[in-house]
Amino acid sequence: MAIGLEHYLVVGAVLFALGLVCCMARRTAIGILIGIELILNAANINLIAFDRFGTGRFDGQIFAVFVIILAACEAAIALAIIIGMFMNFGTIDTDVADKLEG
Amino acid sequence: MLANTFTFYVAGLVAVAATALAITGRNAVHALLYFNVSLLATALVFFTFGAPFIAALEVIIYAGAILVLFLFVMMMLNLGSQASEREREWVRPRVWIGPGILAAILLAQLAFALAHGAGQGAGQASIAPKQIALALFGPYVVGVELASMLLLAGLIGAFHLGRREAPASKSLEKGDA
Repeated sequence: MAIGLEHYLVVGAVLFALGLVCCMARRTAIGILIGIELILNAANINLIAFDRFGTGRFDGQIFAVFVIILAACEAAIALAIIIGMFMNFGTIDTDVADKLEG
Repeated sequence: MLANTFTFYVAGLVAVAATALAITGRNAVHALLYFNVSLLATALVFFTFGAPFIAALEVIIYAGAILVLFLFVMMMLNLGSQASEREREWVRPRVWIGPGILAAILLAQLAFALAHGAGQGAGQASIAPKQIALALFGPYVVGVELASMLLLAGLIGAFHLGRREAPASKSLEKGDA
């Protein structure tokens, strides 16, 4: 019994939706960053799913490698920003730290 | 093929459950534990796709490097007076029992899948790391160069942003007043 493409896409879509909810519902900067990582991860699932059911080549996996590199780089920068935010405001709550100066 | 199907469905369910628990958790460290389980489940899903190289990268870079960076920053920001009490709170059994059960399910899945020869790929044959390497340094070499520049920019940017400087906080106080 083979698994259809739709089943992979459903898993990707559910993870994407949960990541979006995490982005919107969380108040701390780290929670929002976790949501962004979840969204990138869901995009990876879709890339590889289409790759497996697509042209027979494996370009989707190459793009997945690039997405993982991008996620690592983005996490490093975002965590540096969060540390700077904590040093300036003393909190990482995005509702409290709402000034874009300093 | 049946083993592959079974592995995919259970890993997908574990991924969705762990993600849901991660976004509903109150404590950020507990959320990170569930997020880690979610990434491991996603790696198992990639394995059932016939993409073992991406699954390995997912475990090494996401669940290994990025999560440790998250935890490191979390511990750094929480260095307060009640730090040791908080750490005791974090490692209580009821905190890690949930992620532990989900991770045990994943481990059993992986053992089952390996024993039954899953991971052959849903559509086609499994892609070996050698093929990906040849493509990366063949047609996609410009992308590799761009990625290296991006990583360098990220390194410099993170260093610049994370640098502790006294005058910055002083100017902020002046701006507030």
